[in-house]
Amino acid sequence: MTNSVAEIAENEALFVIGSNTTENHPIIALRMKEAVANGAQLIVADPRRIPLVKFATLWLRHRPGTDAVLLNAIMNAILAEGLEDKDFIANRTEGYDEFVKSLETFTPEYGQEITGVSAEDIRKAARIFASAKNAGLYYAMGITQHVMGTNNVHAVGNLAMLTGNVGKRAAGVNPLRGQNNVQGACDMGGLPNVYPGYQKVDDPAVKAKFEQAWGKPLSAKIGLPATEMTGAMLSGHLKGLYVFGENPALSDPNTSHSVKAFENLEFLVVQDIFMTETAKLADVVLPGVSFAEKEGTFTSSERRVQRVRKAINSPGNAQLDLDIIDQISKRIEGQGNLSEKPDPAAIFAEVAALWPALAGVSYARLEKESLQWPCPTADHPGTEFLFSENFSREGGKALFTSVPFVASKELPDKEYPYVLTTGRELFHYHTGTQTRRSSGLNAVAPEAFVEVNPVDAEGMGLVDGQKLTVSSRRGSISLKARVSDIVPPQVVFIPFHYSEAAANLLTSDAMDPICKIMEAKVCAVKLELQ
Amino acid sequence: MINLTIDDKQIEVAEGATVLEAARKLNIDIPTLCHDPRLKPYGACRLCIVEIGGMAKPVTSCTTPATNGMVVKTNTAKLYRLRKTTVELLLSDHPNDCMTCIGTGDCKLQELAYAYGIRENRFQGAMRDHNRVDVNPFITREQNKCVMCGLCVRVCEEVQGVGAIGYAERGFEAKVIPPFGHDLKCEFCGQCVSVCPTGALSGRLWSGKPRMAGVKFTDTTCTYCGCGCNITLRSTGDQVIRIDSKPDSHNRGWLCVKGRFGFEFINSADRLTTPLIRRQKGGEFEQATWDEAYDYVAKRLSEIKDKHGADALGGLCSARCTNEENYLFQKMFRARIGTNNVDHCARY
Amino acid sequence: MNDGIVVNVCMGTGGIAAGGDMVMQEFIKEFETAGVKNATVKEKCRLHKVGCRGFCARDVLVDITVDGQVSTYQYIQPEMVKRLVQEHVLGAKPITEWLVGDDYHVFHDNQTKRVLADLGKIDPESIEEYLGVDGYKAAEKTLTTMKPEEVIQVVKDSGLRGRGGGGFPTGVKWSFCAANKADQRYIICNADEGDPGAFMDRSVVEGNPHAVIEGMIIGAYAIGASVGYVYIRAEYPLAVDRLRLALKHAEERGFLGKKLFGTDFSLKIKVKLGAGAFVCGEETALIASIEGERGMPRAKPPFPANKGLWGKPTIINNVETFANIPQIMNKGAAWYASIGSEKSKGTKVIALTGKIKNTGLIEIPMGMPLKDIIFKVGGGIEGNKLFKAVQTGGPSGGCIPQQFIDLPVDYEGLASVGSMMGSGGMVVLDETDCMVNISKFFLQFTQSESCGKCVPCRIGTKRLLEILTRITEGEGKEGDIELLQQLAEDVRDSSLCGLGMSAPNPVISTIKYFRHEYEAHIKHKKCPAKVCNKLLTFFIREDMCVGCGMCAKACSVNAISGEKKQPHKINNSMCIQCGSCFDACKFSAVLKE
Repeated sequence: MTNSVAEIAENEALFVIGSNTTENHPIIALRMKEAVANGAQLIVADPRRIPLVKFATLWLRHRPGTDAVLLNAIMNAILAEGLEDKDFIANRTEGYDEFVKSLETFTPEYGQEITGVSAEDIRKAARIFASAKNAGLYYAMGITQHVMGTNNVHAVGNLAMLTGNVGKRAAGVNPLRGQNNVQGACDMGGLPNVYPGYQKVDDPAVKAKFEQAWGKPLSAKIGLPATEMTGAMLSGHLKGLYVFGENPALSDPNTSHSVKAFENLEFLVVQDIFMTETAKLADVVLPGVSFAEKEGTFTSSERRVQRVRKAINSPGNAQLDLDIIDQISKRIEGQGNLSEKPDPAAIFAEVAALWPALAGVSYARLEKESLQWPCPTADHPGTEFLFSENFSREGGKALFTSVPFVASKELPDKEYPYVLTTGRELFHYHTGTQTRRSSGLNAVAPEAFVEVNPVDAEGMGLVDGQKLTVSSRRGSISLKARVSDIVPPQVVFIPFHYSEAAANLLTSDAMDPICKIMEAKVCAVKLELQ
Repeated sequence: MINLTIDDKQIEVAEGATVLEAARKLNIDIPTLCHDPRLKPYGACRLCIVEIGGMAKPVTSCTTPATNGMVVKTNTAKLYRLRKTTVELLLSDHPNDCMTCIGTGDCKLQELAYAYGIRENRFQGAMRDHNRVDVNPFITREQNKCVMCGLCVRVCEEVQGVGAIGYAERGFEAKVIPPFGHDLKCEFCGQCVSVCPTGALSGRLWSGKPRMAGVKFTDTTCTYCGCGCNITLRSTGDQVIRIDSKPDSHNRGWLCVKGRFGFEFINSADRLTTPLIRRQKGGEFEQATWDEAYDYVAKRLSEIKDKHGADALGGLCSARCTNEENYLFQKMFRARIGTNNVDHCARY
Repeated sequence: MNDGIVVNVCMGTGGIAAGGDMVMQEFIKEFETAGVKNATVKEKCRLHKVGCRGFCARDVLVDITVDGQVSTYQYIQPEMVKRLVQEHVLGAKPITEWLVGDDYHVFHDNQTKRVLADLGKIDPESIEEYLGVDGYKAAEKTLTTMKPEEVIQVVKDSGLRGRGGGGFPTGVKWSFCAANKADQRYIICNADEGDPGAFMDRSVVEGNPHAVIEGMIIGAYAIGASVGYVYIRAEYPLAVDRLRLALKHAEERGFLGKKLFGTDFSLKIKVKLGAGAFVCGEETALIASIEGERGMPRAKPPFPANKGLWGKPTIINNVETFANIPQIMNKGAAWYASIGSEKSKGTKVIALTGKIKNTGLIEIPMGMPLKDIIFKVGGGIEGNKLFKAVQTGGPSGGCIPQQFIDLPVDYEGLASVGSMMGSGGMVVLDETDCMVNISKFFLQFTQSESCGKCVPCRIGTKRLLEILTRITEGEGKEGDIELLQQLAEDVRDSSLCGLGMSAPNPVISTIKYFRHEYEAHIKHKKCPAKVCNKLLTFFIREDMCVGCGMCAKACSVNAISGEKKQPHKINNSMCIQCGSCFDACKFSAVLKE
């Protein structure tokens, strides 16, 4: 997030697209509701009637996979009415003229044709968003998990730049992070192309810095992203995999494909707290510990670094994850014995020394407060919103990126006439390893379901609660129907928490060519009564 | 800015501040039951009454805006009498079963009864009897303990935007219920439980678990989504028994159903407790010691690296785990194994 | 209007209940029959329905005016209409035995009618008739020739105070509201009359709705409100219908809507129905109710004049206050202030009920002594019993004993003896009323109408009621009077809204003036007024009992025995003092001591 959660309440306008915030980020959603109570105008763009729609001034029910077109059409309307922020564009951006040209064809009428949202509503959204003094954009996987996910993100950024809503308070481009420490995992270099602090592995100066710090020669070759690892495993290029605290066998799109890949490995290590679907495929399973049993830090969506503290002892012979990684790391080089214990505070200090944005953060400070990076010095209060002076590009200016219309990879056809979109529900989390082991949550949300619009249900003689087989070109699952106008006709929704009816057996592993994200939000399926 | 005098002390507050806020700034303790600074002032419990020069009757400090030159008394004999009567009235319609009440130790009414030394009650009389059965796995209601402070109703409406509960009936029988008594449209966020000043609303999960004595409180960060809510784990021995959040946290003490009630996995019997090794493809897992497991993993990884090169190995670190762990994990792959094949599920 | 023959039929709720509708139908039928034979009837006779004139006990009241000579008939039933038409309308000969008596004139002659002046004279469903009595002249004059601040000044100068109970100077309240900077202001007419036995506002809305609307137009102009609401209880269907009709007529004439009287001022008035909660008469609860919330009061300050409906500056006045406004604007502040007492100007409409001969709706100049109201207008105590006290201000007012019979009835006068004006209810009590029981009765009402929001009102009134109940049931304890006093004071001093603050008034005032009755109940287990059954012994006078057996039939515990046609006996060891035998006996043979 370029901006902070608390600032949301100060927004005059909010544009939430591809985020079912109340169910996936409930506490961030509270701030959105607060903003609405304070008089803000809320635009929600979502094919589903998500709970936030109840609070919205304007709901744009666009077709799945048409986000970029919708955003482009809104920007076209902003330009047509002269509502763009000319000062901001002139002083803080580049590439504007070319960008304006790219928008020419995206008239609201064209937008209506592609997205299904009326031209009038597109113009209305343009006026609401562009006329607000402070307007924030909020998105999540509904924007990114597409073959054109990168485009979508660019389109969101373009809209913020066009209206001067980035680099100031109560505005910004705000991706909402789906997991507690996605931000931190990225920050720490858990990405194939960067070291901690987004320092590029293929930059020789950076490489030299880390080689010196770590005392080892390092590879300048960008690694494989997770989504490409599957292919590398199947092709035999990747032979050994160490999975730490993840469950890709259930969370990967087209999971049967992934499972085959895992089975093709020579060696699979899984470090987890439960015997997950992935762990079952492993050669070695290492029992780690839960967050309640360890010391450390998490970094939230708003770049807030916070302490995790040990409350209880871990069960049985489970070991601290840090110890496990440390031991294996050392034993690869023939060192290490069980009495050595890495110190989280010292490790954090090591990162802080390597990444200027974290230089001012220490365990000592985190004992008393939480800090949002960048926090370059020990007396720096942390940063609520980014880019107030400069953008993180050479020259300090933000770049408009033209976004063409790209259709989803797999569109409905005669054989698979429905669009399947996936996501989470309020009561469960991700692959359910935690929430499905919580009695209350499992009691209120015990089983998988597929949402089907009443019109479609009537057409096929389906009643609420009836069992259906949902199939795609990749797999087939059986689950109960929930007849509901939450989904529009011709679109069905399945939450992906349930291993017994795993939505990701159906989803497509078509990939965004740039960021390698998979298209979990759109694929074609058919429904059959049982 | 506004200047006023409270109990002979001068204080300056911002325009729009209430008398209660001004008094709290002076660290003057005024009892409250229905007040929560995160919600709109309500003025129902009448405990925060103060006397203000020029006003005929005591007024509630939580609802009265401070004005320039105001002279406020917070602790006169008259106010003491009125507050004591209010507490006595509340207790006269309260089960007073503190020994077995889940709220004990964390109950504002109990504190007030103690502070005002109420042993005998002048107003003993009829008590409400709301017999009810709740069918939900999270929240227990004991309506006979409800003091009608309205915090639950207000938090549900003002903060959560759900409005699952409201008031019904009048007079002595007034109560808080879902619309028509049964249409519960609840998200089970438990915000209501967190603001309830008595044992009227409580978490089913911590029913019968230790209340205060012997309970350890650990401040930490929620492990679910990216909101990064501050939570406090309550534990006894190695059992996590309850999760709360402090009102002064950046999430203002609000949590969602998962954060507040989804903690049983921690003490799940399904937890892995010992390393497992499958020495042959298609074979069974065997239990191992840590030394065995570490050495086996290191050996196998090294073998692959030696045979096929470092890039034949990959690692998926975790968006669920700590920064330190992720750092060490990627460092292991980069510095010890020598590949940049490190990623995590940011894209899922 | 005074040419020809005019027949007015009282068609207020009281009139209709007594058969006004059917009387009206009979007149129409008889006129048609007569009209066929006699052309003059068709041309000269006007029949119309009018609102309540206050003396509902005598309904159906019918005025027949022939050549300016008004004759008023009482207790008219449909079957009597034929003769009225034949003899009086056609024959010009009044039927003297059906005419009202002197008491009717005494009742009216001692009143000063301003707000009620046109009630009983004009047809409330006809805007023409309201226009015929200078209706909407005041609004026109105000909007076209005066500045808002001038209007406020006139209202201030008139000394008009809120007639809903508080008695706050109306002009001052308006000026507070007008002084707020706001993009939107609201004006609300409180027609949620909730006091048991009160029907002032209902009668005014039923009898002259346009006067209320005109008052609201003037008020809205003065404070700059473009939207108004009339919050009226749904239990007043006739008032609601007539109000809606009047609003429709006013809109059709351009008195409401956009650009009134050619000015830039616009006003839309909406009707909002209340569901009959007493507390919704409290202005902040009323606002909550209009906003769609449960009718629960909000803490003041901020006052509605600063932050009211939807958070905007809002003026709430009651029906009677608004009904006064057009006259003030027409005739001037000085005229208005020419009657009344020093601090309370003008008149007050009062619902006079209880143990009094002439019960009904009256209007008196402020400051009229209590005794004039009771003994002149009211005609004295029913059944020639002794006057004991009068409860003013509704269920949360106070009881004023005989010793203050000379008290001037105005805001200050009533407050000085621990009671209040309230909306103008007056319940007269005589020697057969037990003051503890009266106090209990009012507490029952306020307790069950408490919204339950604040502790002192929700639980405090309950405990007061419990203590009063045990006293009336002979379970009173030493110290109960002091406990009642302390709790009553605490509830009064710490409740959130007017309901709780005033609910203890009956307790406080009856203890103050009738402490001996409380003591009799508690110490001697006696009810001096012989009302509290639990403290009484029931027995049958043998010389009066005819042995009809009705008492034995009524007794639910079989405590009465006796042979047919022989005097019966009550077995006091079985008797539960329910009083059923007392009520059942037609020969006054059951006595209680």
